[in-house]
Amino acid sequence: MSHTPADLRYAASHEWIKNEDGLSVIGLTDFAQSSLGDIVFIDLPQVGDPVTVGESFADVESVKAVSGVFSPVSGTVAAVNDALLDNPALLNEKPYEAWLIKVSDVSEVGDLLDDAAYDAVCKSEEA
Amino acid sequence: MEQKTPLYDVHVTEGGKIVPFAGYLLPVQYPSGVIKEHMAVRQAAGLFDVSHMGEILFTGPTALDTLNHLLTNDFTDMPVGKVRYSVMCNDKGGVIDDLVVYKFGDEEYLAVVNAANRHKDYAHMAAHLLPGTKAEDISDSVAQLALQGPSAPAVLQKLVSEDKLPKKYYTAVRDVDVNGMTCMISRTGYTGELGYEIYTAPENAVSLWKTLREAGEEYGLIPCGLGARDTLRLEAAMPLYGHEMDETITPLEAGLDFGVKLGKPDFIGKDALVAAGKPARVRVGLVMTGRGIAREHQPVFLGDTQIGMTTSGTHCPAVGKAVAMALVDAAHSAPGASVDVDIRGRRVSADIVPLPFYHR
Repeated sequence: MSHTPADLRYAASHEWIKNEDGLSVIGLTDFAQSSLGDIVFIDLPQVGDPVTVGESFADVESVKAVSGVFSPVSGTVAAVNDALLDNPALLNEKPYEAWLIKVSDVSEVGDLLDDAAYDAVCKSEEA
Repeated sequence: MEQKTPLYDVHVTEGGKIVPFAGYLLPVQYPSGVIKEHMAVRQAAGLFDVSHMGEILFTGPTALDTLNHLLTNDFTDMPVGKVRYSVMCNDKGGVIDDLVVYKFGDEEYLAVVNAANRHKDYAHMAAHLLPGTKAEDISDSVAQLALQGPSAPAVLQKLVSEDKLPKKYYTAVRDVDVNGMTCMISRTGYTGELGYEIYTAPENAVSLWKTLREAGEEYGLIPCGLGARDTLRLEAAMPLYGHEMDETITPLEAGLDFGVKLGKPDFIGKDALVAAGKPARVRVGLVMTGRGIAREHQPVFLGDTQIGMTTSGTHCPAVGKAVAMALVDAAHSAPGASVDVDIRGRRVSADIVPLPFYHR
């Protein structure tokens, strides 16, 4: 069973989000990394790029599959986690520490779930 | 509805992530994950359930002539106990399937085919039998495990005396007793690593799996799924049906000349292959030099000109690089050239390299 911290919010497309110093910090959930398997490549946007609710802003690739990562918010990329470019396996090891991007100037927030509602989404996908 | 192999419950107990594949429910990976499973085969040993593979038995006084007619390789001088790789072509020279053939006796041969092609293969074979040959699809009465990796001989030698094991690559020994179970042990595999494929009756499969798991524990043997099977074969540049070859690709384009004997008097597809002459496109290896992982069916460019398409691609753990195989124009196939792969709309640079990517 994957782990779902209670202090984060979640998109049904398997991203987590939290607010930190006025920025929206976005990452990939434990369920997502576990479904993908060993992650070997990530393509991230650049600082200054726009992101839009529900649109893919990054590609994450495991040995077998490619998956888009969808933004839970609209805004501007303020920071990217460059450490992931050299070591994408961090996404498998510490999904809730290995953030992907931080977003500023948030103009729109998509539908977010609390931990219990997100667990229910995962459970329905597992079945 | 997918079939289960005799080991389905074992895969679930082992924590395998089950997916449908070629009409069967099989584990794509176990809790170790694809990279650890891949490296176990390169460095120690891995155990695969390959019971989904199809087995077709040819018997009768003309069995040899039938095989020589159906298949591109030549089985005429083949000794009993030898295994031979071949392709089966349609009359246009396209590949219906690739397979291996075991010789059990002058009038008895076993063809092992891809699970996804089993019914298609059998229909084609049955339609082209010579009088005096019987072909029988015995797939459902055969289970197969693959024990692969440098420690595979040591694992098996705990269970079977060394003189009962096949010594040379592409040979097999029948009726070997493994912990009370009758098996055929074949020195073959689909990983580019030393190893064995072990055939037995379905009712022995679970017990054989457990026996090998226990014997292999001290050597670091772990169970491996379809994911590692694919990365291992790709790294070793072994072709996969539906990727490097299909009914529109000839074995000569796929670089399988060693299994095509154009000097044979006749086989299905020979006229088309001879008429086509030197192939206009050939299989090459690509190592990505830019950031990205090429996958199958992505266009390959030399400058602004498309010269071909990728057939398989992934990140290969043992060589530590993203690699791909591609079918490209023969004129632009020389190793050393720098090309681009169009990865979902983004051009990523790659070098053409000699195959295989990994050699033990």
